[in-house]
Amino acid sequence: MDLLEYQGKQLFGRHGLAVSDGKAVTTVDDAVAAANEIGYPVVVKAQVLMGGRGKAGGVKLASNEEEAREHATNILGLDIKGHITRTLWIEHASDIATEYYASVLLDRSAKKPLVMFSTEGGVEIETVAEETPEKLIKENVDPLVGLTREQAIGIATKGGADADVIEGVADALVALYEVWIEEDASLAEINPLIVTPDRQVKALDAKVSLDGNAAFRHPDHADLGDKANLDPIEVQAAEQDVVYVKLDGNIGILGNGAGLVMSTLDVVAQHGGSPANFLDAGGGSDAEKVKQAVQIILSNENVKAVLFNIFGGITRCDEVANGLVAAFADLKPTVPFVVRLDGTNDVLGREILEKAALPNVYAEKTMDSAAAKVVELAKESR
Amino acid sequence: MSILVGNDTKLAVAGITGREGSFHTLNNRRYGTNVVGGVNPKKAGENVEGIPVFANWEDTVKESGANTAMIFVPPPFAAASALEAAQAGVELVVIITEGIPAHDELKLYNTIKRDHPNTRVVGPNCPGILSPGKANVGIIPASFFKPGNVGVVSRSGTLTYQIGNELAQAGFGNSSIVGIGGDPVPGSSFVDIIELFEKDDQTELIVLSGEIGGSAEEEAAEYIAANVSKPVVGYIAGFTAPEGKQMGHAGAIVSGSAGTAAAKAEALESKGVRVGRTPTQVAEIAIEILKG
Repeated sequence: MDLLEYQGKQLFGRHGLAVSDGKAVTTVDDAVAAANEIGYPVVVKAQVLMGGRGKAGGVKLASNEEEAREHATNILGLDIKGHITRTLWIEHASDIATEYYASVLLDRSAKKPLVMFSTEGGVEIETVAEETPEKLIKENVDPLVGLTREQAIGIATKGGADADVIEGVADALVALYEVWIEEDASLAEINPLIVTPDRQVKALDAKVSLDGNAAFRHPDHADLGDKANLDPIEVQAAEQDVVYVKLDGNIGILGNGAGLVMSTLDVVAQHGGSPANFLDAGGGSDAEKVKQAVQIILSNENVKAVLFNIFGGITRCDEVANGLVAAFADLKPTVPFVVRLDGTNDVLGREILEKAALPNVYAEKTMDSAAAKVVELAKESR
Repeated sequence: MSILVGNDTKLAVAGITGREGSFHTLNNRRYGTNVVGGVNPKKAGENVEGIPVFANWEDTVKESGANTAMIFVPPPFAAASALEAAQAGVELVVIITEGIPAHDELKLYNTIKRDHPNTRVVGPNCPGILSPGKANVGIIPASFFKPGNVGVVSRSGTLTYQIGNELAQAGFGNSSIVGIGGDPVPGSSFVDIIELFEKDDQTELIVLSGEIGGSAEEEAAEYIAANVSKPVVGYIAGFTAPEGKQMGHAGAIVSGSAGTAAAKAEALESKGVRVGRTPTQVAEIAIEILKG
């Protein structure tokens, strides 16, 4: 789960990382009141999970009440690449002497945490990594020991931090590592990590992603994220324990198991089709879950044909067939369905479908032939 | 031979008394796997259809002689149970549980590596290991597979069944099928399993089934080029996955250019590994090589 900037900064603050005083608000009046309280100049920042906020006009400096009101009015409701701004973060504007970069993430290859630091802050770190890799220090941390102050000082020194702030940067790295560990983050990133003219080290931005699998030990994380900007269908799917991702095409896809579903998308694309979604009904899907999944797929108006690709292990093909029959009774879909059932109880599943004689449902024997058929049907019904 | 599980396997299961745990444990036993015990601190002394339940892993190993652990307990407790099994001296720990926090996996991996180097972990979030005709440890539907000379290692469960089924229909069987799981910190990587297949005399061809995210396939490509004499056929799922979207597996997330299906396929092909573009093609290539 990705956090909004202000949520990340609040976590930072809790772990002793210096951030500017600020307030999250959702109305213009509250924004002005917050700005007056904090003291000018303030920065008015759109809280959306999208890069390029500044370029989109979502970050503005206000030096008095009038400007604060004007910026808050303009930014609230602003559409930044499809994300509507519903929350503003008002913070005291910082004087900046230097901009650094710092992050902690999982190095899947080394199977250890990775700390990254660079003196090239405030720009896209991917660009730094590509063009001047020597300016990006990467160091693995032993997760059974943690990031020691010695190692953090070493990283800051190797990275070329100004001599008088090496201790300050090291403190920030240790605190950032603590955020990563104790909050079960998959990413904790500060860009820029600034040095003020009076040589304080401070996080001016925050990018934090939390591991949803660890939610059970963080009840305080439940309200975080940008829930208002989530796709309502994806939210519904999550509640029903189905993994659904909307895509741009017109062929609805249902399968069991993430790998098989991804593979199904690929095979459909190879046959010249374009998938409308990824939907993993998961292992052991019963008829009710299949029915709900069909409803989710059909809620996307672009869908012109649907492909069921099931290889039953835990999932039983008769349950899938019963779910499809129930979905037809309830939802009366008008688009054609292609169904490929293999694996546990496949014969039974095919019999159920044959008996039900659903209109516009085509049974196919292999994944390839099913993909070819659904692509053909989607083209016809365009 | 086959790898990891076989006629010598003595399996004990943490979570044996749960609904899924008991169902699959009994399935494994019906297949012929030697199931010697289960673990549940609250139900020690009871049994599941004749399989004795012990209070902890130490008792289980002492009393039953288990050498293989299967972990079916819920995510908050799974890593601890796996570590306890390793501490009790179990050589192979297979973690089926899905949804374990990444940091728990990270600590488990590094602790086992440091303190119990003789224990191998497969999973988490994996379908287990099947050596057809010998033993099944996990949730792989064994009836679709028969003994043979193709070793399969895969990050995805159902995709493995798809590929295995295509091979079976063409008349080919498997030495072992190993699901390493799709999580960010798997206990065993492609490289670990391919190393075992290379040494296994029953295995004549290796199928590697990968997916987007991480760099395990790229690392496998390097390893194969330097160390593997047997033919390897690759498959990568996720060519059409959009960037930055998570597709079910915690590991299957693409960010930036590294970790894409195209990059992985290219890495494998540049080292001489033929990569099928569909599961059907993978089987076709494998069959072509095996028929020589």
